[in-house]
Amino acid sequence: MNWHAVKAIYRFEMARTFRTIVQSIGAPVLTTSLYFVVFGSAIGSRMTQIGGVPYGAFIVPGLIMLSILTESVGNGSFGIYMPKWAGTIYELLSAPVSTPEILLGYVGAAASKSMMVGVIILATSTIFVPLHIQHPLGMIAFLLLTSVSFSLFGFMLGIWADSWEKLQVVPLLVVTPLTFLGGSFYSIDMLPPVWRTLTLFNPVVYLISGFRWSFYGLADVGIGASLGFIAVFLAACLAMVSWMLRTGWRLKN
Amino acid sequence: MNAILSVQNLTKTYATGHQALKSVNLDIRRGEIFALLGPNGAGKTTLIGIACGLVTPSGGNVTVDGHDVVRDFRAARATLGLVPQELTTDAFETVWATVCFSRGLFGCRPDAALLERILRSLSLWEKKDARIATLSGGMKRRVLIAKALSHEPRVLFLDEPSAGVDVELRRDMWNVVRGLRDAGVTIILTTHYIEEAEEMADRIGIISRGELILVEEKATLMQKLGRKQLTLHLQDALPRVPGTLGEYGLTLSADGMTLVYSFENEGGRARITALLRQLSDSGITFRDLETSQSSLEEIFVSLVRGAA
Repeated sequence: MNWHAVKAIYRFEMARTFRTIVQSIGAPVLTTSLYFVVFGSAIGSRMTQIGGVPYGAFIVPGLIMLSILTESVGNGSFGIYMPKWAGTIYELLSAPVSTPEILLGYVGAAASKSMMVGVIILATSTIFVPLHIQHPLGMIAFLLLTSVSFSLFGFMLGIWADSWEKLQVVPLLVVTPLTFLGGSFYSIDMLPPVWRTLTLFNPVVYLISGFRWSFYGLADVGIGASLGFIAVFLAACLAMVSWMLRTGWRLKN
Repeated sequence: MNAILSVQNLTKTYATGHQALKSVNLDIRRGEIFALLGPNGAGKTTLIGIACGLVTPSGGNVTVDGHDVVRDFRAARATLGLVPQELTTDAFETVWATVCFSRGLFGCRPDAALLERILRSLSLWEKKDARIATLSGGMKRRVLIAKALSHEPRVLFLDEPSAGVDVELRRDMWNVVRGLRDAGVTIILTTHYIEEAEEMADRIGIISRGELILVEEKATLMQKLGRKQLTLHLQDALPRVPGTLGEYGLTLSADGMTLVYSFENEGGRARITALLRQLSDSGITFRDLETSQSSLEEIFVSLVRGAA
């Protein structure tokens, strides 16, 4: 195992985060804080409780998950697309590194960054709403699994994309809408039956539901289904990325 | 031959159908400077790309110090350093950060003293904290060389190292390359500057349309294929070349004042004495004479034209 390479890639990626700290950490924290102000404090105070949880507190897991998904996909895709675009990918491709080492470095850094953002948002939320975490280990597990699997998904997009536009298409047109419609701001029980059934085809529902369960013990779908979904998604992304790196698809000539 | 890099029956056909390499065989000797010459699109960069893992071969294999570059990629790549043709750098990183990154990527533990020596040898030490984006093109080229050397490779590929580099820097780089060769590093360079190959290489390979058409010691190549000319500036104008000198194939200038004898290195040289004696016997005197040798560039052009 080339641990020096893993460390070099990880440090290189994290250095970019700290070089652009306002954009990397400040922007998502500010955006989420605004959600808390608007939905949590301003509108939330006029909303009824959901499952015995005040509305402001109810949306916290969804908002964290919204940031985690967006950040993971963005960080994962940018990390590998940037050297592809700049041409510096030649060094990675010519180095004695294997697929697990590349993934530990790039995906590990992308997941670390998004978890950092998640934890900061969690801490920020305590300013606005009282929080209680019923299953701390469950919360950490969901945070970790979601960050890693969506960073892997982002890494895959970064390899696939051959333009900046393509790099933005999936996060903007697929991930963000699915997250908003995945129960970030509401319980899917509040939807009419037809929409509720349709929503169950949205994979993000399972992530937000599981994450919310770790906070309040409330879940739209069973916790087993949530964990099962993440496991399948993680395995599928791993298989796909491994194939891409092994064959050099869109990386090598 | 003690080959450190061996290419066997290497072929590459791109998805477009373009056949970049056609069953290339080549052995690179340990510790030599090997210059691979060829026109644009000849297959030079493809060959380097396959050796370094950037291009997937269609057939054949490449071994580095006995390690197959595909099956045993880890051992093979740890031995290789690559300076690419394009100036591809991490614009926002500092020089120091990027060489540290390269060393780590190739599985080496940090060694600040070694990296300092490399940066100093390339006149980059004063720029170690500068962002790469702020450096000149020549400096960026040196950064690429420093990155390639950061893990102490035993084989260094230099793909068009002098492209876009001024004359002074080019000379500096040649000195660095010679220093590396003296330290035991094998250098494989591709270049458009024939002067560069002529100046530095021990052996020359010429590739054209995906085929290696010649591999030869530089000195032997120059001797075998290089043509010499003996130019005689006459004392008095000649109306025509005397018939007794017909066997030499002499050419006379329009003003009748210059005689030129062209000969190949091997054999032709021995006839000069006879020619001069015959000129003297014929009463032809000259006030000056000079010899010139065809350059590697002329040899290269004639070979590539011959292969086309």
